Amino acid sequence: MMTLVSAVLSGVYLSLFRRGLVLFAVGVLLALVLNLLQVQRNVTLFPDQVVATLFSSAWWVPLCCGSAAAVVGLLYPFIDRHLGEPHKFKREWASVMRCIAVFVGINHASAKLDFANNIQLSLTLAALSLGLWWTFDRSRSGFGLGVTIAFLATIVTQVLVYNGIYQYTSPDFLYVRSWLPCIFFSGGVTVGNIGRQLAMVNVEKSHND
Amino acid sequence: MTVREKLREKISAGFYWHGLLCASYPVPIILFTAVCILTCCYPLLKLPLPGTGPVEFTTGVRDYMVPPQEPSGDPGERPDWYRGPPVAYIQQVLVKAAVSPWDSKLVPVDAFRSPLGRVFALLDEIRNHVHSDSSGVRSLEALCLHVTDLLPGLRRMQALLPEHGCLLVSPGNYWQNQRERFDSDPDLLKTVQQHEPKGLHTSATLKDLLFGVHSKQTGVSLNSRNRMVTYSVTMALRRYDARFLGSLRLRLKQLHPSANCTLREEHMVHVHFKEEIGVAELIPLVTTYIILFAYIYFSTRKIDMVKSKWGLALAAVVTVLSSLLMSVGLCTLFGLTPTLNGGEIFPYLVVVIGLENVLVLTKSVVSTPVDLEVKLRIAQGLSNESWSIMKNMATELGIILIGYFTLVPAIQEFCLFAVVGLVSDFFLQMLFFTTVLSIDIRRMELADLNRRLPAEAGMPPTKPGSLRPRETPPPPRHSAHTITLQTPAFRNLRLPKRLRVVYFLARTRLAQRIIMAGTVIWIGILVYTDPAGLGTYLAAQVSEQSPLGEAGLAPLAVAPVFPHGDPTSTLNVLPPADPTPALAENLSQGHGPQELDPAAPLVPQISWGPEDEEGWRRLSYRHWPSLFSYYNITLAKRYISILPVIPVTFHLTPQEALETRHPQDTRHAPPPHTGPASNSHGAALQTDLTLYKVAALGLATGVFLVLLLFCLYRLLCPRNYGQNGVQHGRRHRRDLPCDDYGYSPPVSEISPLLLRGHSMDIECLASDGMLLASCCLAGQIRVWDAQTGDCLTVIPNNGLRRCSSSGGWEHRDGWDVGGAAELEALSGADGEDEGGGLLGGGEGYPLRRRVALSRPTLFRDQPDLTPLIDTSFGQQPPSQAPPSSSGFDFGGLVERAYLEHEPSASLAYTPPLPQPPPQSTQRRRSLGDQPTAPPDWDGAVWALELRGNLIAAGRSSGKLELWDAAEGSLRCSNEDSVSGITALAFLNNRIVAARLNGSLDFFTVDINKPLGLLQYRGESTGGGRGSMPPSPCYSSDDVISCQLTRSVQCAHQKPITVLRAAAGRVVTGSQDHTVRVYRLEDSCCLFTLQGHSGGITAIYIDQTMVLASGGQDGAICLWDVLTGSRVSHVYGHRGDVTSLVCTTSCVISSGLDDLICIWDRSTGIKLYSIQQEVGCGASLGVISDSLLVTGGQGCVSFWDLNFGDLLQTVYLGASSEGQAVRQLIVLDNAAIVCDFGSELSLVYVPSVLEKLD
Repeated sequence: MMTLVSAVLSGVYLSLFRRGLVLFAVGVLLALVLNLLQVQRNVTLFPDQVVATLFSSAWWVPLCCGSAAAVVGLLYPFIDRHLGEPHKFKREWASVMRCIAVFVGINHASAKLDFANNIQLSLTLAALSLGLWWTFDRSRSGFGLGVTIAFLATIVTQVLVYNGIYQYTSPDFLYVRSWLPCIFFSGGVTVGNIGRQLAMVNVEKSHND
Repeated sequence: MTVREKLREKISAGFYWHGLLCASYPVPIILFTAVCILTCCYPLLKLPLPGTGPVEFTTGVRDYMVPPQEPSGDPGERPDWYRGPPVAYIQQVLVKAAVSPWDSKLVPVDAFRSPLGRVFALLDEIRNHVHSDSSGVRSLEALCLHVTDLLPGLRRMQALLPEHGCLLVSPGNYWQNQRERFDSDPDLLKTVQQHEPKGLHTSATLKDLLFGVHSKQTGVSLNSRNRMVTYSVTMALRRYDARFLGSLRLRLKQLHPSANCTLREEHMVHVHFKEEIGVAELIPLVTTYIILFAYIYFSTRKIDMVKSKWGLALAAVVTVLSSLLMSVGLCTLFGLTPTLNGGEIFPYLVVVIGLENVLVLTKSVVSTPVDLEVKLRIAQGLSNESWSIMKNMATELGIILIGYFTLVPAIQEFCLFAVVGLVSDFFLQMLFFTTVLSIDIRRMELADLNRRLPAEAGMPPTKPGSLRPRETPPPPRHSAHTITLQTPAFRNLRLPKRLRVVYFLARTRLAQRIIMAGTVIWIGILVYTDPAGLGTYLAAQVSEQSPLGEAGLAPLAVAPVFPHGDPTSTLNVLPPADPTPALAENLSQGHGPQELDPAAPLVPQISWGPEDEEGWRRLSYRHWPSLFSYYNITLAKRYISILPVIPVTFHLTPQEALETRHPQDTRHAPPPHTGPASNSHGAALQTDLTLYKVAALGLATGVFLVLLLFCLYRLLCPRNYGQNGVQHGRRHRRDLPCDDYGYSPPVSEISPLLLRGHSMDIECLASDGMLLASCCLAGQIRVWDAQTGDCLTVIPNNGLRRCSSSGGWEHRDGWDVGGAAELEALSGADGEDEGGGLLGGGEGYPLRRRVALSRPTLFRDQPDLTPLIDTSFGQQPPSQAPPSSSGFDFGGLVERAYLEHEPSASLAYTPPLPQPPPQSTQRRRSLGDQPTAPPDWDGAVWALELRGNLIAAGRSSGKLELWDAAEGSLRCSNEDSVSGITALAFLNNRIVAARLNGSLDFFTVDINKPLGLLQYRGESTGGGRGSMPPSPCYSSDDVISCQLTRSVQCAHQKPITVLRAAAGRVVTGSQDHTVRVYRLEDSCCLFTLQGHSGGITAIYIDQTMVLASGGQDGAICLWDVLTGSRVSHVYGHRGDVTSLVCTTSCVISSGLDDLICIWDRSTGIKLYSIQQEVGCGASLGVISDSLLVTGGQGCVSFWDLNFGDLLQTVYLGASSEGQAVRQLIVLDNAAIVCDFGSELSLVYVPSVLEKLD
C-alpha cells in the first residue's frame, strides 16, 4: 500500500517536474523572441551581433519569465481542479498553437505598429487580449488568474523600474509601459492554456497506464 | 418555433442541398472553383514582387536640387521615396595607379606599395582643400557627414574606421592614415588581409569598404597580372555643395591628370534601400512560422477515417492559402494596395482564418453512417455541422469587425484582409473542400470494394476453412460497406522510445539524407565562395531587381527618368552603351573609344572606361548599408545619392617604386613568368581556367565524398534491418505485422504446442482452465489437457456416423444456411475420418493426418453449392417453423445442382479409394426420396461449454448434451426444443442455452454432489490418452440430470447471437439490436438495453459487472449492469465489432475493419488503435492488464497494452498462409489456446508468467 502511494506520488511529481520544465523552456523562448521583437528595428543587425541582441536585456529577465511561465502554467490546471470545473473548452494542441500564435501577434502589433497615442495602444491591446481570452479560454478562473497575474506582474516591474534595476528605453505615461498589463494578461492566458494541455496529456497518460 | 430554430432549420436544409449538389457534380464544381481562384488571384500579378534589393533613380548633376519633402505634382516620374535630402552624398575619388614602365628589377610588391603610398598625399590634398568664393570659405570639414562612435560591438574596427569626425575612408585607414606606419609595415598584404572574414561572407568586407572598389579590382595582390592598382577615397557628405565639389574635382584633375579619361560625370544616382530583414528580425518571423506549421500539423493530424489523410490535409491547406491569395487579390482589385509586410502578417492571417471548419466538416461527414450513399453522407455531414459553422463564422466576423473599429490603420487593413479571407475561405470550404471530401469518400468505398472482393472470392469454394465461425453471424450487409482504412498501418502504434528512434532513423533513412544534404550544402558553399564569383553574381542579380540595373539595363531606365534633365546627355548615353556587360577580368580592355593594343603587355596602361563611371555597382548591395550601420545609421527606407566619381591617375616610375620599397619586400619571389599568357587576355583566360579547375576539383571531391560516405553507410547500415537470416526468407514481408518499420520481429523462443487430432476445422472451443474441449466440423469432440496438450478423450459424433449416408439435409436451418450447406458437403468425409480415428488407436495421429490429407479427393464429386448460398438474410423470416422439418426445403435446388454436376464429375473423377463412388450415388439417391431424416442424427455441435468435468454441447438440432470429459460418455441430454442452440453458458450448476428462434432456456444440472467439488485437476493426469485417469470427484454412476427450469420463449425478436454469463448475470445480444440482462438465479429479465443501431455481435461481461457490447453498426456501448444505463457510446469501427475485451482500465475492441481500438474505460476516449492486416481474424484476449494477444494469419501477436507496441509474433506452423486464428482463449496459467485450421495451438507465454509473479 505504501509503495503504491509512493509510486503514485513520485509519478505525479515527476510529471509535475516535467511539465514545469517544458513550461519553463516555453517561457524562456517566448521571452527571448518577444524581446527581439521589441528591439528597435532601426538597427540593422549583423550575424555576429544577433546573439548579443538576443541577450541584450539582462540575463535574469528570460529566466524570470521562464519561472513565471512554469508557475502560471502549473497553477492553471491546479486551480481548475480545485474549483472542480475541469476545463473542457477546445482542448487540443491545435487550439493551443493558435493561441500562442495570436499571443505572438499581439506582441508583434504592440512592437511594430504605429499608434496615434498610448491610450489607443492600450485600448487596442486590451481588446485583443480579451478577444484572446474569449476565443481560447472562456473560463472564469482563467480570466481571474489572468487579471491577477497582469496586476502582480505590472506591480513587480514597476517596483523594479522604480528601484532602477530595470529600465525602459522610453517610459510612457505614469512610468508604466501602457501595453504591459495587456501583454501580461494574454501571456498568462496563453501559458495557462499550454499548462492545461500538458496536464491533460499527463492525465491521459496515467489513464493509459 | 423561435426565429432561431427556424433559421437553424433553414441553414441546415440549405447545407443539405448544397452537400448533395457538391457530391453529385464534383468535377464541374472543382473546375468552377479553380476558375474562381485564378480570377481572384489575377490582380496579384500586378503587385511588385517582394525584394530587398535597392532601387535606383538617376538625375543629372548639373541642375540637381534637393527634392522637396512633400511629393510634387508629377508622381509618375520620380519614385515616391525620392523625397527630402538623402542620408548622405557619397563622393568617391577613384584612383588608378601603376608603375610604368615595368622593370625586371622590380618585385611584385612594388606593383602596389608605392601606388598605395600615394593615398596619403591624396588624402591630405582632399582634407586641406578649401574653396572660397563670394558666399564664404568652405572646406570638407564643414560639408562632410560627421560620425560619432562606432557601435559597441565593433571595437576591433576602432582603429580602422574613422570616429568623431568626417566619414572619409580610404586604404590609408589600414595604417591610421599615417605615412610612417605604412612605410614601416613589412607586409602590406598581411595588414590588408588580416581583417578579412574567413569562409562564407555575405555582407561587405572591410577591404571593400576601405578600398571602395570590389576586392578583385584592386590589384593589390602578388600575382596581379596587369600591375595596376585601383582604389578609391570615399567621403560621405552631409550637404551638397556643387561649387566646393566642382573645385575639388578640378583641383584633383589638375594635379593628377588622367590622360584618356572620357568619364561623363553627369549622373547622380540615388539609391533607395528597402528595409532589410536582419537575422534578429528573422527570428521572430521564423518563430511565428514554426508556430504556424505546428498549428497546421496538429490540426491536420485530426483528420481521420478517410482514404487519403495527406490528400485531405493538403486540400485543407490549399483551401486556406488560396483563400488568402483570393483575399489579397480581391482587395487589390478594389483598389486597396497592401502596405503591410506580407510575410509578417501571413501566419497571423492563416491562424485567424483557421483550419477548424474544414476539420469539423471532415469529422462530421466521416461520422455519418457508412452504409449511406456518398451523396447523402456528405449532405448529412454538412447539415449536421451547418449551424455551428455559421455561428463560428458570425463570431469571427464579429471579432474582426471589432478590430476594424480600433482605428489603427494597420489593424484595419489586417482586418479587411481577414474579413475578405474569411468569406473566401467559407466559399472555398463549401465548394472546393466539400467536393474533395466527397471524392475522397467515394474513392475510399471503391477502393474498399476492390480490396475486399478478391479476399473472399479467392477462397477455394470447397475449402472448409471458408466456413464462417458461428460467433460472427453472416453480416446482413454487403461487404462493400465494411470499410477498412488504407494501411497507414501502425501509425498509432507506440513503441519504446529507443526503438522508435531507431525505427525513425531506419524508416526515413535519415543518416543518408543528412549526409546528402550536408554534401550539397558543402558543394554549395564551395561554389559560392569560389573565386568564380557566384556570390558576386548573385549579389548583382539581386541588385538588378532594381529598375536601373547594371550595364544592359541602364539606358532603358535612364531615358524615362530624364524628362527635364539634359536631353543631350540622355541621347549620348543611348548610342554607345554596349549591350554586353563588361567582364570583370578585362578591365584594361575598356569598351571606351580608345581601344588598347593588347600586344603591349609589359607597360600597364591606365585607361578609363564607362565601367569605371559607376564602379560602386560592383560592390555588394549591402556595401553602403553596412558602412553606415557601423555608426548606427540605418539606410532602411532611406536613400543616398552617389555623385560621379573623380578620376585620379598616378603614373609612377620604377625609381619611385624602388625608393619606397621596404627591406622585407624582396622576400616575395617574383611570380613565375608565363610567356604566352602574359597579355591581359591570356591572363583572364588563365584565371578562368584556374577557377574551373578549382570548381572541378571541388565537385570531384564532393562526388567522391558522397560515394565514400554512401559506401560507408551501406556498410554500416545494411538495408535488411533486423531480418535475421533464413527463417524469414520464406515469409513475405507484408505478412509481418510491423513491416512498416522495415523491421521484422525476432523469431520467438516461444514455440507453440500443436494439438493435432481433428480432421476438420475446429468449430467450437471451450476451456475451464485445466481442460480444453474442442469440436470440429466433423462433430467430433476432443478433450485435451490444457497443461500438457495431451488428448484425453475423444467423443465421436455417433449420430453422424450412424447415418453418414443419409446426410443431414433436413437439419439445415434457415439461419445458418452457409454452415449447413457446407456441413452437408462435408458429411461424407466424416464417416471416413471417424473410421480412421477409431481404427487409429495408439498411432492415431499419423494415421489421422494421412486420412486428412486424402480429404480433398473426396470432394471432387461434390457439386459446387456455393451459388445456392443465399446470404440475404434480411428477407428470410427467422426460423420459427415447425420442428424436425426445416422451414425451407433446399431439396429441389440442390438436386438440380447435383444433376447438373453429375456428368462432369463422373468423367473427371478417378477414384483413389473404393468408397467414394458408391457413397456419392447413395447420397444422390437419398436426396429426393428422403426429405425427412431419421431422427437419430444429432446435428452439428454449435456451442460447447466445459465446466468441471462436464462438457455441455449444444447441437443444431436443439439438443443439449452433457458429456463426461474424462470418460467420453454421454451423461445426460435434453431435447425439449428443436431450435438449434447457438450459444451456451455454463455457470455454477446452471446452463443457459440460446436458441436460434430467439428463445433462451435455463437448465439446472442436478447431481448428488455439488458441482464445485467436481473440479477435475488436470495435473493429476498421467499423460497419454490411453491411460485415462478415473474421474476424481464423482463416479460414473452419479446421476446427472439436466432439467429445463425455465424457457424464455421470446427473449429476442431475432436470433440470439451472443450469450455471456458472469457474476450471476446472463447477457444476451441479438440481431434485434438489443441486449438483455437476466439474472441467473431466477432467470428474470432485468434490463433490455437499447442503444445499438445494428445487431449485437460482441458482448463482454466479467466478474466486476462490467458490460460492454459491440454491434454491427461499429458502435461500442458500455453499460452499468446495476442500473441498466448506458455509460458511454463510442463509434470506432467501420463494420461489425467482432470482439470485445475489457481490462481494469481499458476496453479493447476489434472489428471487421481489421482495426483494434483501445479505449479508456472511464472516459470512453480512444487511446490508440492498431491497424492490422486484412483478414487477420478478430480474436482477442487479454493475458494480464498490460498484455494483449491477437490472432492473425497463422500467427498470434502479443502487444503491450500500455504503449501499443508489438512484443512478439508467434507463428503457429509452417503452413500458416491462409489460416486465420478465429478463436482464442486465454487460460488461467497465462497460456493461450487458439484454433488453427484443424489443429489447436497451445502457446505458453513464459515472460508473462514472470510478470504475473
